Amino acid sequence: MSKKQATLDHISTDVLVIGGGNAALTAAITARELGLKVLVLESSPIEVRGGNSRHTRNIRYIHDAANSFLTGPYLEEECYNDLLMVTKGNTTEKMARLVIRGSHNVGDWMTAHGCRFQPAMRGTLHLSRTNAFFRGGGKGLINAYHETCRRLGVQVMYETEALDLEVANGTCTAVHAQGPKGEYLIRLRSVVLASGGYQGNRAWLREAWGPTADNFLIRGTPYDKGVMLKAMMEKGAKTIGDPTQGHCVAIDGRAPKFDGGICTRLDCVPFGIVVNKDGRRFYNEGEEFWPKRYAIWGRLVAGQPDQIGYVFIDAKSINLFMPSVFPPLESDTVGGLAEQMGLEPNAVEETVRAFNASTKPGSFNPGELDGLATEGLDPPKTNWARPLDTPPYYGYTLRPGITFTYLSLVINEQARVVQQDDTPFNNIFAAGEITSGNVLGQGYMAGFGMTIGTVFGRLAGKEAATCLMN
Amino acid sequence: MSDELKCKQQAAVLKEADRVMGICNACRYCEGICALFPAMELRRTFTAGDLNYLANLCHNCRGCYYCCQYAPPHEFQLNFPQAMSALRAQTYEQTAPGFLKKLFPNNAFYVFAVSLVATILLTAVSLCASGPSVFFGAHSGSGSFYKIIPYGAMLLVFCLAGLFALVALLRGVIAFWRISDGKLQWLDLAAHKKAVRDVLTLKYLDGGGDGCNYPDNRFSMIRRQFHHAVFYGFLLCLASTSVAFIYDHAFGWPAPYGFFSLPVLLGTFGGLGLLAGTGGMLWLKTVMDARPADPASTGMDMAFSALLFLVSLSGLLLLVFRSTELMGLLLCIHLGLVLGLFLTMPCGKFVHAVFRYAALVRNAHEQRTGQV
Repeated sequence: MSKKQATLDHISTDVLVIGGGNAALTAAITARELGLKVLVLESSPIEVRGGNSRHTRNIRYIHDAANSFLTGPYLEEECYNDLLMVTKGNTTEKMARLVIRGSHNVGDWMTAHGCRFQPAMRGTLHLSRTNAFFRGGGKGLINAYHETCRRLGVQVMYETEALDLEVANGTCTAVHAQGPKGEYLIRLRSVVLASGGYQGNRAWLREAWGPTADNFLIRGTPYDKGVMLKAMMEKGAKTIGDPTQGHCVAIDGRAPKFDGGICTRLDCVPFGIVVNKDGRRFYNEGEEFWPKRYAIWGRLVAGQPDQIGYVFIDAKSINLFMPSVFPPLESDTVGGLAEQMGLEPNAVEETVRAFNASTKPGSFNPGELDGLATEGLDPPKTNWARPLDTPPYYGYTLRPGITFTYLSLVINEQARVVQQDDTPFNNIFAAGEITSGNVLGQGYMAGFGMTIGTVFGRLAGKEAATCLMN
Repeated sequence: MSDELKCKQQAAVLKEADRVMGICNACRYCEGICALFPAMELRRTFTAGDLNYLANLCHNCRGCYYCCQYAPPHEFQLNFPQAMSALRAQTYEQTAPGFLKKLFPNNAFYVFAVSLVATILLTAVSLCASGPSVFFGAHSGSGSFYKIIPYGAMLLVFCLAGLFALVALLRGVIAFWRISDGKLQWLDLAAHKKAVRDVLTLKYLDGGGDGCNYPDNRFSMIRRQFHHAVFYGFLLCLASTSVAFIYDHAFGWPAPYGFFSLPVLLGTFGGLGLLAGTGGMLWLKTVMDARPADPASTGMDMAFSALLFLVSLSGLLLLVFRSTELMGLLLCIHLGLVLGLFLTMPCGKFVHAVFRYAALVRNAHEQRTGQV
């Protein structure tokens, strides 16, 4: 204990921002622009700063008219309906509308703080009206915000992880943090928690999912361990969201354990069939366009034995989807490909035979829901169902890839963290993935994580600053 | 280096370029930064020819390095500018005619040595031919340069050197077209028009709008401005030499010319541009973040900038001291360095000007037609 105290450094700030992603930096910038001293704790090294934001690419926000990078208007009701559709109504309307309204023309604020947008290009055209794309992706955005922070005089401490908060009577007075040179006690007047979900914490994932969680790949930062989420739960914060819900997609089974990001996605599922380790199909691969379905396939694969899926396509389809980061396995026979994948060749051959027999002639069009469906097959494939008959055959393994978890701290309309008795903490605010469950009960829509981060980040920054001024 | 080892090394450079391109083509976040990424997206797989072409489309702005989620320390160790620089340097070497290939490893040494030898030879021969009293004498009036180096000799040496550079560069760019699987895209006039505009504006050093990332991760137009100074400085000097050539041979007005004559004005502004531009480029090389750089290419880059810097410095000094006793020596140094520049042009960094233009033409054609 005496040794610990010897290395304990004391720091003080007005507003402490815990986290280093989009929500954290927008909060920090906003609070600093209101004239307060702001300190940001980024737990990662500088090279991989930005949490999951560095893997993002665009933000969805409402706007009344087209501009140089958005092709048309996108208004509140349409956005809200889109959200209802993906979450199947599992949202909090008050908070969802707060986010959507707060996003109105937020691109202007982002541009003024260094973000640069570009028009959507090949492969992302379906989002060109609703989502604005960052030039250079999310890391470009994070770099721009850091440059703005530097200019404004926001202090950033890297490789410094917040461990615990000192809270009494609903007020946080200090945070304990571990930095590269020792432990810090940071005295503060208000705090913004923007430290992400807990998907980087394998033990916690196992708590929620059971041992199957060991087979999940974490698509983003390994630094989101949910330390603040857990600390606040212990301090009596109210939570929202199912711990097993999150943004979870099916990705290339060979992807890195962490930080594989966008390039590990596989867009070939609608053009082939997916089987489990027993060689059996388990879901309609052609239900909808892939961008509308990729976010359910993570859970589908997670539900299969050993949490693994195998997608088979043939030579007709190899050029119909975005190139994969790892080359596919390839064989002149279905059985040969199955063997390469460690599957029972007879079982897969039988599945393909049954599938092929249920396909019927018709016109195939990857650009629309072509209705080319199987007949008498269970589960059916309702679009793009062409027989697998043209060698070489190609295959990929699929694994669940978690982007972020939805278990969240409940916040109110000032982004204040709420206690179990529904009264808010006095000076504890939250934004970003640690609050995503307030809006997303399940499902996901592209670019909305950044909407939540930016709107709640600005709100939390503003409230954390103004609560000190009154 | 043995041929076998060289082959292995070249294959490794291509393989790394292919590896990073494969990751980039699955990610595509950088498509708004420059021409290379949209060109990449026209392809699913990359032949050696594709890679050789794409590497020369890269302007080394480094925008992609700083916004790359897979850059080191990520386990993919994706260093796109470094891989492109290494491959680009390899295409220069591969396409150089015959024995000139040997000048690419240790390029800085050869550029320095050739220029030094040319300068010493020119000085020694002139000194011997004109005699010390003329060489170290003060001269004035038109034709005074010819008292140091006779008209015929100057014409012969520089015409031969210029012809050598021209032929070697032409051979080089044809060879480049071949190793990059180029077809008839070069016949597309509209593509040339677009490529000329891209060159004159240095479009792809704007990083998509805010400049490139030199000397560090922040955006800045500084490298584009330095490069503009070099490019337009070089063009002005070329114009100055051409006008002087016409004055001399068509009108019979031999140099030196008055301070406010066309050749001297062009040369002065050109020389100052080159001095500032190459000086700036050299300074950037010394202060820049070294991580995205290809260490093996740095010598070649620096040698070319340094030689251009010295050529312009010696030219300006000659202008200032041309009526003093220093004229003979300065003239020989300046012309010796120019000779060195001509002789090393096809086997050094200058090649990038020609290859980049060829790559820009091909890119303009591909983007216009949507065909690779």
